[in-house]
Amino acid sequence: MAKTTDDASYVEKKDGLKTLSGTNENPGYFEHRGNRKNLLKLINFILLAAGSLLILSPLWWMISTSLKTMAEVMSFPPTFFPESWNWANYIRTWEAAPFTRYTINTLTITTLVVIGNVISNSFIAYGFAKIPFRGKNILFAIVLATMMIPGFVTLIPQYVLFAKLNWVNTYFPLVVPAFFGSAFNIFLLRQFYMTIPNELIEAAKMEGANHFYIWWKIGLPLTKPAIATVAIFSFNGAWNDFLGPLLYLNDENLYTLQIGLQVFKGQMNTQWNYLMAGSLLVLLPVILLFFFFQKYFIQGINLQSGGK
Amino acid sequence: MGKKRLTMRRKESIYGYIFVMPWIIGFLAFTAGPLVFSFMASFTNYNITSQMDFVGVDNYQRLFTEDSLFWTSLWNTLYFVAFSVPLTTIGAILLSALLNQDIPGIRFFRTLYYLPAVLSGVGVYLLWMQLLDPGTGMVNLILSWFNIDGPNWLFDPDWTKPSLILMKMWSVGGSMLLYLASMQGVSKSLYEAAEIDGANTWKQFRHITIPMITPVIFFDVVTSLIGGFQIFQEAYVMSSNGEGGPANSLLFYNLYMWRQAFENFNMGYAMAMSWILFVIVFVLTLINLKLAPRWVHYEGEEK
Repeated sequence: MAKTTDDASYVEKKDGLKTLSGTNENPGYFEHRGNRKNLLKLINFILLAAGSLLILSPLWWMISTSLKTMAEVMSFPPTFFPESWNWANYIRTWEAAPFTRYTINTLTITTLVVIGNVISNSFIAYGFAKIPFRGKNILFAIVLATMMIPGFVTLIPQYVLFAKLNWVNTYFPLVVPAFFGSAFNIFLLRQFYMTIPNELIEAAKMEGANHFYIWWKIGLPLTKPAIATVAIFSFNGAWNDFLGPLLYLNDENLYTLQIGLQVFKGQMNTQWNYLMAGSLLVLLPVILLFFFFQKYFIQGINLQSGGK
Repeated sequence: MGKKRLTMRRKESIYGYIFVMPWIIGFLAFTAGPLVFSFMASFTNYNITSQMDFVGVDNYQRLFTEDSLFWTSLWNTLYFVAFSVPLTTIGAILLSALLNQDIPGIRFFRTLYYLPAVLSGVGVYLLWMQLLDPGTGMVNLILSWFNIDGPNWLFDPDWTKPSLILMKMWSVGGSMLLYLASMQGVSKSLYEAAEIDGANTWKQFRHITIPMITPVIFFDVVTSLIGGFQIFQEAYVMSSNGEGGPANSLLFYNLYMWRQAFENFNMGYAMAMSWILFVIVFVLTLINLKLAPRWVHYEGEEK
């Protein structure tokens, strides 16, 4: 409680799961019933352990297949562990298609989308959370309602719009909308802003600060954890985006990793070792991001469920 | 005094509008404008280049009466939604119940079960194409250990949709976390009281945990229904040439719409399709909202 200005303390006041590693405070009812409860716990543990093998096996299979020779991939029955570990498959995969170019393109788009999403959504959410104005509730209801519109309903007319603007075969259709906010992120950040005491804003106003200044100097720093969440979600979304690039990019030089991988799939036919190596390389940044920034993934979920 | 306060409030309002202005502009340009255009164009034979003649309800009429692929795609989508939504919802609830326990290694388990949920895109689809490959894949290998002769998955029209549902089940970790967060918010005292009354674990789960998490179940069902109807990429990547699989068994609604819009350039026709989808999703969401008070329990609601 003492460190109320600390970034994280605002979230931690909320109920529910803090991080994946947060300890479970709930079932204190285990201690009483002795043996039966312990048996249940044991069964629970065994189920989870068996299930985790099941959950992990596809990922292991991807690694294993990516290291096999084509002869071994085709052998029957398939093997769980590669006979020889052909790391060279990765080099061959990378050289078989312009993956370096795809990576640079993807990073360009992803960076711009993350910047756009962070700035615009933080700005907009501040307005919805901290400034009273007429029609705010109606506008916010519309924000939420847009989440219900199936993407394809707007996708086709948007394509018409961007085609008329001559934006096909550019990154504009993929990047520009990110600078105008998106419902889910506005909602997420607004939830977070709500936990910042209004007195803080009032006090800053007393000292003559205007809202731009308050947003920049108080809002942004205090919502850092939520912004990290938005940044990571946007990174993930842009990195994995398939539909947008598929629709708007026809020039091979502009292809992203997702489209590149789809093209690679067509070239490689059933050369599963190379296909799995390619898939793993494309998934790797997301996996790493997950292990380093778990906390922020979880936080996004918490903010979501806190707003029921 | 009074006047000064009024101008203060007005000044605040102006700030408010400035802050939400980017969203308003984006909404008008990328959502509302396109919606209006799409609605009008759905009554035309628009093909993005030359023609845009008013044809009345012709597009809608042809969809309902002449286009058998429209019905195929609608059926495929309903099939997928009808199985994937309940299965992933129940799966996520059961999983989160298992993960809401005080046992060794629980942090590790939570991380692990969540991991597949953050993975998506073509890499994951390719992985599952390999896993489900009848000859060289892992799934049929594992089934063969139990003397089960696995199906041809993505090559058998009867098994293509179950293939995708299986793939979805792998990543229930996302909604699992939603449920877990909600379960951890349930007050300990409720369980203690039940314990004193002699309720066993199952009864506690059934009569305390489930009612307390109904708001999240509701949220999850509504969003996964909306999401389920929009399945597209999986089918596009996992069928050869993005054609919708053997015997059109993966020709989902959005995939067919995609073909009409961006391969045949029947834009008007495709936009009519999109409005039918909108209405279906809208009606289902309304039904959900209407039914909610019967089973969704909100805290602080009791007298």
